[in-house]
Amino acid sequence: MSAYAIFQDESRCISCRSCQVQCKINKGLSVGPKPNQIIEVGPVDRNGRPKANFVFLSCFHCADPWCVPACPNKAIQKRDIDGVIFINQNRCAGCKSCIMACPWSAPQWDGQKGKAVKCDLCLERIDAGLKPACVTACPTNALTFGPADNVPETKRIRFAREVVSGQDMH
Amino acid sequence: MQSVHSICLMCSVRCPIQVMVDNDNVKLIEGNPHDPGIKGSICPKGAAGVCLLNDQERLKKPLIRTGPRGSGQWREATWDEALDYVATKLKEIKEKYGAHSIAYTERSQLNSHISKTFMRALGSPNYFSHDSCCKGSLNTAFRSLTGYTDSSVSVDLAKAKHIILFGRNYFESIELKMVKQLTSALENGTKLTYIDPRVTVTATKADKFLMIRPGTDLALSYALMHVIINEELYDKDYVKRWVLGFEELKQFVGKYTPQWAEEQTGIPAKEIISLARQASAAKPAVIFHYGYRSAHYTNEVYVRRALIMLNALMGSIEAPGGIFFKKNAKDFGKKPLNKLTDQQLPDIKVPRCDGAGTAKLPTPDPAHGVVQMLPQVILSEDPYPVKGLIVWRHDPMLSIPDYENNKRAFEKLDLLVTIDIQFSETAWYSDVVLPESIYLERGDSIQENSGLKPSLYIRKPAVTPRYDTKPGWEIIKKLADRLDIGHYFPYQTLEDLWNYQLQGTGLTLDDFAGKGFVTLADEPLYWNREDGIQFKTPSGKIEFVSSLLEENGYPSFPEYETVQPPAEGHFRLLIGRSIAHTHVSTQNNPLLNELMPENLLWINTKKAEKLGIKNGQTVQISSSRGRDTIKAHVTDLIHPEAVFMVHGFGRRVKALTRCYNKGASDTLLQENISDMIGGSPALQHVHVKVQAI
Repeated sequence: MSAYAIFQDESRCISCRSCQVQCKINKGLSVGPKPNQIIEVGPVDRNGRPKANFVFLSCFHCADPWCVPACPNKAIQKRDIDGVIFINQNRCAGCKSCIMACPWSAPQWDGQKGKAVKCDLCLERIDAGLKPACVTACPTNALTFGPADNVPETKRIRFAREVVSGQDMH
Repeated sequence: MQSVHSICLMCSVRCPIQVMVDNDNVKLIEGNPHDPGIKGSICPKGAAGVCLLNDQERLKKPLIRTGPRGSGQWREATWDEALDYVATKLKEIKEKYGAHSIAYTERSQLNSHISKTFMRALGSPNYFSHDSCCKGSLNTAFRSLTGYTDSSVSVDLAKAKHIILFGRNYFESIELKMVKQLTSALENGTKLTYIDPRVTVTATKADKFLMIRPGTDLALSYALMHVIINEELYDKDYVKRWVLGFEELKQFVGKYTPQWAEEQTGIPAKEIISLARQASAAKPAVIFHYGYRSAHYTNEVYVRRALIMLNALMGSIEAPGGIFFKKNAKDFGKKPLNKLTDQQLPDIKVPRCDGAGTAKLPTPDPAHGVVQMLPQVILSEDPYPVKGLIVWRHDPMLSIPDYENNKRAFEKLDLLVTIDIQFSETAWYSDVVLPESIYLERGDSIQENSGLKPSLYIRKPAVTPRYDTKPGWEIIKKLADRLDIGHYFPYQTLEDLWNYQLQGTGLTLDDFAGKGFVTLADEPLYWNREDGIQFKTPSGKIEFVSSLLEENGYPSFPEYETVQPPAEGHFRLLIGRSIAHTHVSTQNNPLLNELMPENLLWINTKKAEKLGIKNGQTVQISSSRGRDTIKAHVTDLIHPEAVFMVHGFGRRVKALTRCYNKGASDTLLQENISDMIGGSPALQHVHVKVQAI
């Protein structure tokens, strides 16, 4: 895994897909490729309430990525300092090997440029001290970005509150 | 890379943005990071503004029609030629029929003071905004109760303890600051009750979802008032101090029991009782949201009044965590911005053509007019002929119900002129199309943003125009010059316009540098709830018994009329919005079109089974007004009496290739029937037939 991670707090997510659109704009992509995407599951009935899951899916920046060795041209690389996996667009020959190799469809096909494109956590932005474009864009702060060993406590706090308020009721 | 602070216009919310510009091209648009309510965030529509800028399917040059209306045959013209053409035609109409035969419609905007000045100077009372088609009845409801229009009111979601939404779909009709407030409030334990015939994203975030029979909201509100009064759950001090007509209401709702409402609405009586008690426990930090789009049924003004009255019973009007009146510069002892309408303008004696403000439509707001009356006025020439129509960033052809009728009406005009950024359906039927620069290429009048802490925002051009387009304020000025009323528009440049607005306020353009806005107050201002709420009704109170209504012969509390279910194979057509699109304006944006390329017809699973309709199958939908085809979305998440579709699809303009002919048009199916007291069209009045094909 890379040293960083994007965490999604599903309970705050409203599936507006700003993350998806802003990523595409930031990478100069048109219709088609989606380096990140919200997948909607539901709504289903849960204890008499309609509940849906909106799952943010992007690149996992694997510790042992299958896409990197699959690339015949060393276009996909893992950055030494933080393990971020990125595509050097100048080296990409458009062979799609990375797309075939990845089990989660993280690399996407940019038909306009004839190259593969994927989430690189907006390297230029994070190197400039900004957050990835999708995280800044998120209207509800459902997405957070930071060092992977610094997992946000939001869910834990919420769970603790639920436990306590449950006890209050009894 | 350079960053320009400006105001978004991908919808009408006007969120503050930061536009990242490189070499006269926009690279990225983020929310204005200096605004604490925004902090860099942006909705998908705001982000996709970049695609609009470089869209090849935008209007690029002034166009004059050469073939029949709607044929798509045009010739390109210079600005001088197009404006001369329009001015000549307007003069002809004015001479032959009088200035009042020229009407004007727009979506309310930062430059509306310019539009209104143009019409007054021209001598016509017939300025329209799109407001009646959106929330005219809400406006009338608020004026009848508080003396204020709905635009003077907002809700304090952040501090509320319980929020009750009657179909107010906050999470899909996205408004950044409100969505942020609501998400944080829910995180902090605010209760959310959501009532709708359909499960929306907002429903999935609610603590309680109640599926209501479509069209029966008033029955639910009457029963809630019944319980609240019967169990003495209301704020007695507040009601005593501020409410006029409580005893009359008490008498009236006596018979509207929760058991009665259960039969009407399908919501169990025990849920109604429980909601009334829970809301009361949170008072006054409770919001019965009065709604936004309020153009559903013929009893709309009473639906909205009932919701506002529920807040009054809770004492939540002008309470933290409730509803508040927006404060402006004056409330903080400061001079407001100057408007062109502050000038001495000619008096107009001729009544409005739609009858707003006359005996025909005495209660709807004449400041906005009742725009859905326009087709009938044009066709009947009653009270007088309307022969010219100027349209600015509005698409009345798709906003006013009954598309074919609108077409027939506009066909009869001597002149139809549209100012827009892309081909609307109205532009497609126009004689002259004047292309406007988009919000990233132009500046507009400074925005006065009233609220608990009022502020001023400014839209600045971020890049130069891509095509031969102009800002609307310049187009109107150039037209005015040609009509000999140019002296009412004392500006040449954008800076002139801004300086005109700022004169005497003590502020200069430099004050906007760095952040793009100026805050006029440090602390939020609530009026004193014991003695300081400045209601503008004749009584100075919240008028449950309304002088506005009663003086015009309308009841304050109408008896409930039972809603009859649709006939077999028929459904009530509900419409709404999606997070991907703004009304009728974004369906052709490449990235938003990718998010939602067509609308689907939501239909209840059991009903679909009976009709032999499978999920994803194309079906025919028809009404008394027209027919269209659309793919079915078969689901348990909608009430069996209703079908639902998102507004703005089924487009007939070939020039918009990405959305042409995708999905179905709600406008084509709707009947042009109005709530004549409130002023809104009843967009969900129509019953439709759905058939497998």
